[in-house]
Amino acid sequence: MASASSDGGKGMDMIPTPVKIIVAGGFGAGKTTLVASVSEVPPLSTEEVLTEASDGVDDLSGVERKTTTTVALDFGRITISPRHVLYLFGTPGQERFWFMWNDLARGAIGTVVLVDTRRLETSFAAIDFFERRKIPFIVAVNCFDNAPRYTEDEIREALVIPDRVPIVMCDARNRDTSKLVLIKLVRHAMASQPAKV
Amino acid sequence: MDDGWYDEEAGPLVRPYTITSGRTPSPNMKLDVATQVMTIRSETEPTGLGPEHLQIVRQCRQPYSIAEIGVYVNRPLGVVRVLCGDLIDRGLVITRSPPVQVEAPDHELLQAVLNGLSKL
Repeated sequence: MASASSDGGKGMDMIPTPVKIIVAGGFGAGKTTLVASVSEVPPLSTEEVLTEASDGVDDLSGVERKTTTTVALDFGRITISPRHVLYLFGTPGQERFWFMWNDLARGAIGTVVLVDTRRLETSFAAIDFFERRKIPFIVAVNCFDNAPRYTEDEIREALVIPDRVPIVMCDARNRDTSKLVLIKLVRHAMASQPAKV
Repeated sequence: MDDGWYDEEAGPLVRPYTITSGRTPSPNMKLDVATQVMTIRSETEPTGLGPEHLQIVRQCRQPYSIAEIGVYVNRPLGVVRVLCGDLIDRGLVITRSPPVQVEAPDHELLQAVLNGLSKL
């Protein structure tokens, strides 16, 4: 099942098919904690250096002024089988890096939007982003100690989450509940598939 | 080129794209962060490659993703994409990217992931 044009050559059967799940949510919602609890390696962090043309280009100089920004990308890995390897990528927390989410989301099987009930408003951007892109996603409420507890209906209403999007409660530190979150997401992605013609 | 430039302390002094001779990843060969890269076995070490290229060639005797390579060679993802692009051009590595379906991920793939997660 080769895909991109760069793929190919002999020995392809020795390379597992990579599968991506995105873990999104506001800053401090526990994305890296969730990744850490299920990943087979401690979460890794790599960097993307972004070059953005800054405002106020000086026409006379003919040289564009550019600024560079370094964005950290945290991820974990789960070897599913000899043929499949799953990567969990946390979205960079700051909303101004939303354009990086596009690249991350491309080819992903789905997204977990992690919600902190103490800061519900920080989840709006992520929910809106994945809702618009028709990427299967579920909402996982990270039940922090001492955080206010709400029912699923209250969360759904507060965040305007459509009925078809599942909401699950979890403790991102707990491997079992994090695993159930991922299972719920994959089941949801399977259920969201259009019927085969 | 003097390797001494690339030690950790010099980090910010060396712009990332110095290593790639100013090249940025080619848009028509976009390597995903999850794309698996594996070195094709050969008897001899390839010549004419930079130290970062060789690091990747050695690392990827087992398949690793672009993101993991970024961690192990300690370079930004954009640099890793260019370096891996060179290795692809030279026929030294093979790659496999996440399947990008127009409609939705295929059922078989999702089922395999589900089975794997259930066994964790």
